[in-house]
Amino acid sequence: MPKRTDIESILLIGSGPIVIGQACEFDYSGTQACRALREEGYRVILANSNPATIMTDPTFADATYVEPLTLEVLRSIIETERPDALLPTLGGQTALNLSMELVEAGVLDEFGVELIGADATAIATAEDRENFKDAMVEIGLGVLRSGIAHTVEESMEVVEEIGLPVVIRPAYILGGRGTGIAKTREEFAAAAATGLAASPISEILIEESIAGWKEYELEVMRDRNDNQVIICSIENLDPMGVHTGDSITVAPIQTLSDPEYQVMRDAAFACLRRVGVETGGSNVQFAVEPDTGRQVIIEMNPRVSRSSALASKATGFPIAKIAAKLAVGYTLDEIPNDITKKTPSSFEPVIDYVVTKIPRWAFEKFPGTTGELGTSMQSVGEVMAIGRTFPESVQKACRSLELGQIGLNGGPAEQRYRDMGDDDLRVAVGIGTPDRLFEVAEALRRGWSVDELYELSRIDPWFLDQLSIVVEQRLWLEQHQGGIESLTRPEWRRTKQLGFSDAQVAHLVGGTEAAARAARLAAGVITTFKTVDTCAAEFEASTPYHYSTYEDESEVRPGTKPRVIILGSGPNRIGQGIEFDYCCVHASFALRDAGYETIMVNCNPETVSTDYDTSDRLYFEPITHEDVLNIIEAEAASEGELVGIIVSLGGQTPLKLADVLPPELVLGTGPSAIDAAEDREEWAALCARLDIPQPAGGTATSTDEALAVVERIGYPALVRPSYVLGGRAMEIVYDDVDLKRAMAALSAAGTLGREGGLSAERPVLVDRFLEGAIEVDVDAVRDGVGETVIGGVMEHVEEAGIHSGDSACVIPPSTLSDETIDVLCDYTRAIAAELDVQGPINVQYAVQKGQVFVIEANPRASRTVPFVSKATGRPMAMVASRVMAGSTFGELRAEGLLGPEPELEHWSVKEAVLPFNRFPGTDALLGPEMRSTGEVMGVDTSAGLAFVKSQLAAGTAIPEPEDGLVFLSLADRDKPGGIEAATLLAELGYRLAATQGTAAALDEAGLKVEQVVARIGVASDAPAEAGEPDAVMLMNDGRLTIVINTPRGRGARADGDYIRTAAAEHGVPLLTTVAAAKSFAIGIGELRETQLKVRSLQSIHEAVAAASGTVSGSGPEVDR
Amino acid sequence: MNRAATEHGNDAASNPTNEPTNDLTNDATKGDTVVSRIQPAALVMADGSVFEGEHIGAVPTGGIASGEVVFNTALAGYQEVLTDPSYAGQIITFTYPHIGNYGTAAADAESRGVFARGVVVRDLARRHSNWRAEQDLGSFLERHGMAGIAGVDTRRLTRLIRDVGALPGAFAPTDGPGAQTLEQLTASAEAEPGTDGIDLVAQVTTAEAYRVGSGPRRVVALDFGIKSTILEHLGRYATVDVLPASATAAEILALEPEGVFLSNGPGDPSEVPYAVATVKELVGKVPIFGICLGHQILALALGGRIVKLPFGHHGANHPVMNTERGQVEITSQNHNFAVDPESIASVAEVTHINLNDGVCQGLRVTGVPAYSVQHHPEASPGPHDSAYLFEQFETLMADAAGATAAGRA
Repeated sequence: MPKRTDIESILLIGSGPIVIGQACEFDYSGTQACRALREEGYRVILANSNPATIMTDPTFADATYVEPLTLEVLRSIIETERPDALLPTLGGQTALNLSMELVEAGVLDEFGVELIGADATAIATAEDRENFKDAMVEIGLGVLRSGIAHTVEESMEVVEEIGLPVVIRPAYILGGRGTGIAKTREEFAAAAATGLAASPISEILIEESIAGWKEYELEVMRDRNDNQVIICSIENLDPMGVHTGDSITVAPIQTLSDPEYQVMRDAAFACLRRVGVETGGSNVQFAVEPDTGRQVIIEMNPRVSRSSALASKATGFPIAKIAAKLAVGYTLDEIPNDITKKTPSSFEPVIDYVVTKIPRWAFEKFPGTTGELGTSMQSVGEVMAIGRTFPESVQKACRSLELGQIGLNGGPAEQRYRDMGDDDLRVAVGIGTPDRLFEVAEALRRGWSVDELYELSRIDPWFLDQLSIVVEQRLWLEQHQGGIESLTRPEWRRTKQLGFSDAQVAHLVGGTEAAARAARLAAGVITTFKTVDTCAAEFEASTPYHYSTYEDESEVRPGTKPRVIILGSGPNRIGQGIEFDYCCVHASFALRDAGYETIMVNCNPETVSTDYDTSDRLYFEPITHEDVLNIIEAEAASEGELVGIIVSLGGQTPLKLADVLPPELVLGTGPSAIDAAEDREEWAALCARLDIPQPAGGTATSTDEALAVVERIGYPALVRPSYVLGGRAMEIVYDDVDLKRAMAALSAAGTLGREGGLSAERPVLVDRFLEGAIEVDVDAVRDGVGETVIGGVMEHVEEAGIHSGDSACVIPPSTLSDETIDVLCDYTRAIAAELDVQGPINVQYAVQKGQVFVIEANPRASRTVPFVSKATGRPMAMVASRVMAGSTFGELRAEGLLGPEPELEHWSVKEAVLPFNRFPGTDALLGPEMRSTGEVMGVDTSAGLAFVKSQLAAGTAIPEPEDGLVFLSLADRDKPGGIEAATLLAELGYRLAATQGTAAALDEAGLKVEQVVARIGVASDAPAEAGEPDAVMLMNDGRLTIVINTPRGRGARADGDYIRTAAAEHGVPLLTTVAAAKSFAIGIGELRETQLKVRSLQSIHEAVAAASGTVSGSGPEVDR
Repeated sequence: MNRAATEHGNDAASNPTNEPTNDLTNDATKGDTVVSRIQPAALVMADGSVFEGEHIGAVPTGGIASGEVVFNTALAGYQEVLTDPSYAGQIITFTYPHIGNYGTAAADAESRGVFARGVVVRDLARRHSNWRAEQDLGSFLERHGMAGIAGVDTRRLTRLIRDVGALPGAFAPTDGPGAQTLEQLTASAEAEPGTDGIDLVAQVTTAEAYRVGSGPRRVVALDFGIKSTILEHLGRYATVDVLPASATAAEILALEPEGVFLSNGPGDPSEVPYAVATVKELVGKVPIFGICLGHQILALALGGRIVKLPFGHHGANHPVMNTERGQVEITSQNHNFAVDPESIASVAEVTHINLNDGVCQGLRVTGVPAYSVQHHPEASPGPHDSAYLFEQFETLMADAAGATAAGRA
């Protein structure tokens, strides 16, 4: 069936900001879909609030709306654009839910928009647990046995049928209170009674417990002709009980026989048919009882998912692209397989390697969390590794994580596991945590048997035995006498085939990594690169998609053009996410357009950079010294010139390698400039030379030194380790007690030592903290002939001290004077010149009472590059990459890649999105340590409206005055500003509540406070507060609709902590700075007067270009 | 025996029961090298390519295992492949690197033994894990006298075979007991006749007729190397008399079958002219269903021509278009020869086409109740997408019976 010609334009909804459970895999899927649909000649309209994505680059859609993803906004977009169809399945749960809302609100009917890819009934069937289960029972698939009981007697009858163990869930109970697991009849009787008592309607659901079962996933594609294929099968190493997003997963399935697998495959197809997934990709999850092989279907996602991204990267089959084409009417057999070119897409990829995914968590950022994995996803990113065998693949994945592990233990990072007592270890391997894999390896090292570990962990014995093979080899290496030089070729080969890094061998045998590498090469064991080709070499493939292994032959075929290697940013984590992938992908596009062969190196399966057609060649590899050197060797071995390596666009991951890679190959700013910016003394000297003021400060490698610095500069002080991204372990301290505690935490290495590496060479920085200052970020690029172009000046909405990644910021600055902005630009130019930057640079400033202080400079692309590019219409990452490869701005202007200084007539606000709802119990206070996972952008004709849009986009509902009270609790220094915000809100009709002190100040300013709020835990003997409720109680009652609570500085757990935590739990808008409160109030006011209007980026950029005197402002016209 | 660290699992072979072999973990600390405990082996191809590896399974009969080296890309189903008589005379390379993970089970055997000449893998599982498993694969190979080589760069080997076509090869241990030199292996590989010009069917067909199934229909199955899953399918609706490949048309018709099934089997169909002659006599007299070699034999009986494919089809993931339904089936495939569709155009229509390369994958004889497919609807290993073809046979027999009854009336 050919593509549909009755539709011309298609609306795609993206997944919005990166949050836990919904990360850049939907940028991958959305980008592929945009490209695929435009390739077919459709007009593509894209809605996504996330500026860091590649898909929201204006060249990827015909109309790109970076607007809040709400029903009202989507309605406006539909009203403006009148799309013929809506494709809801490529933007994660967000897009699916929003599409359902549009259906239910009648918007699609009203404007005649057809839902393609999945219809509303199908979505409802798949999404509703009960509907889904009924549907599966109807088609005869195995589901979990369960029953409902209202009395203990009934419950005993039910459990008789189901069999133990069971889970007991009381009906109508939020948050799982009364839920229990029973393994014996006695336990069950007790748990059933408890559950019945807990349920207000005396009803419990009794469901068989499948904790410890094996977990599997199948990625299925279906077309309108009912052709169905399995793209990839996945086996979870972690048993049922750990969310699949938090599980270590392996492709393909390892421990199912073909008869079992085929039954599962049939079941997946039957499931899609019954649910009614018309076309596209779906993910179906199964659990299998290990002792009987009984299969039950757990759930399905009728859309492209995180697993689809993994499956695409694991097999080379572009699921999202094909899903988009199927949605417009093609059938699988009509779409050619990109990789073989000769065969159709209606086949099932087979692979001849093993893929391992390991999630990456950020528990260290959220004190108070247990680190225990469960049924709710908590990881923030993931790595994938490809090896010929599971041992090789899992070891590569371990070193891709960038947590200090150079493999599956066998390095310094294993010490913490070696330090565990047997009893602790025995408990630990039974609980899913980020450390379990390494703990299992340690247990194997201690000689525990596979059977014992299986009993403890329920990790399948096959996996345990494979891990044991790795551990045995490490024991052998440790026993090896005669040093690294004496390892023979077969010994090296076997070691490398089991995935050991040179660094691991050096650690285990003794010696340096360099010596290990030299010995290995001398023994003739060189890296080979195999190809990912979807067909296990059955057909010839020209796919430029490679992974390293140690085999007989290498398949890399470099061309003759000059080549540039771009190092990606590794796993998503807080502080280093999709923004850097955006930069790397843009670099690849720009350099390819300029005639270079581009080579991408990355290990993150969620990204656009790891699509095999983003660059001329993709190496899916860990970003470590050894792995990058191996790629350099492979790439240097052919005719075309290897021009160099870009290390400054992927965040800290590649930048850390700048020092150790061949210096002549590092493009752009040299490693010495990177060090000069990082080294405290050099940096201070540089600022002094340029006469640029810095906050007073010093460096310390001990608590005494830190105290000495503070003696000189005074409190409050900001302490932070050098060479760390995302403000890891940054803290503002107000007294000696605080300082000592912070220093103790820093020097105890702990989690910090795993990431950044704290040492005498990398001391702690101690600076005077400029209270009440405005923070400003400047992004710029400098070329090889010394010209600096300012990309954007961003004024933070939050005050200095909040990590820039967590702070809202606005372009152009909304309160800074022109003079101040000029000073900021001048300083930036001077610093870039002094550091001899060639490429991107980001400089952070604090402006206190009109005086500009420089905080720090980073000669690399910053996290704000995509935001700046979207706000101004200038493709900064593209420009930076070209400059690093040697072009001048003059040349880029002549080409049209770089437009003139933009004249902005609109405001753009970037707001951070925080994951506190995933970590109940964690303080939702913003501080100098970054904790946001993603960002959104609001664009409008005033700063206030743009701010309100950014809040809407971040998921904050704008409450009406009649909904409840605005609660204020202000630090003394914030009271004047807070009163301004309160006045604005009161004028709009909002009613106020405040703590006693704040209430007094408001009262004094003539504002009526309707409710005085007690401090938390204050005994009612405090006369003024007697009988008054506290803020948490009010929020529990739903009476507060906006919370303005500014921090009071001290570290101890104060009222504010409870208030902010409760606000996060109840989803009440929470403003922690006066600046944000004012912007919010102004924006709400403006919103009252004008209706929220939507406008595409293309239209905004055209206006900018017109105002700046050029024709096009959206960057080069590139056909993607 | 020191079981510690053979990467590819010889130790499992010494453990004939299904008990886990877990006295493993600390042996490597005892000092001798892991590598020294592996028995090196090599595979030499007729073009001179050498592949290093290590010996697994039984000691090769006659010291060296030789045969035509082919590959299979299925991710699971190694036991079904190894026991498929169609692989007679061949050395099977599995492209998926981990083989043996879920052990072996009697229920998965596709025939009474192993007819292949050897097996090449990247990695043989040291320990298997699956509730169905009765024996590990290493022991299974030993029990069936099957030699193997592990640790081979099977991707390089697959690329070689893909590029030059099926190629003879020979392998054996190169050190320790039974060691052979590379020269000896080269000589063996060069001397290996391959599968051309040899009646491999005669080596695998049943010696005696036997009966399986208890369904109401009566089917005669000609055993050219039949897989047991096929008999399971037929046995659901028929009582099946399985006859040796040499059975004559008279012998077959004497059993008064309602349908004749032509089975899969190894090698070149032109080497079984007697079967072609038999089928020629049967066409039109009784409903016929053929699979794989049976499909080719039917085509030859219709006067068609067989061509040798450049690479053959060897996997469980091939898309086949059912031209009558307009739907794609993912199929299990194992063949080097195919029917030239032009050559049968006047007597039959093509019902199935391989979407990868357009090769004829199925035919229906015009005006006569006979049809056949090149791929394996019985799967094992592979997808069940084409299982409906067995139902079709039942329908065909029912229709024929109805027509006969109507004719009589």
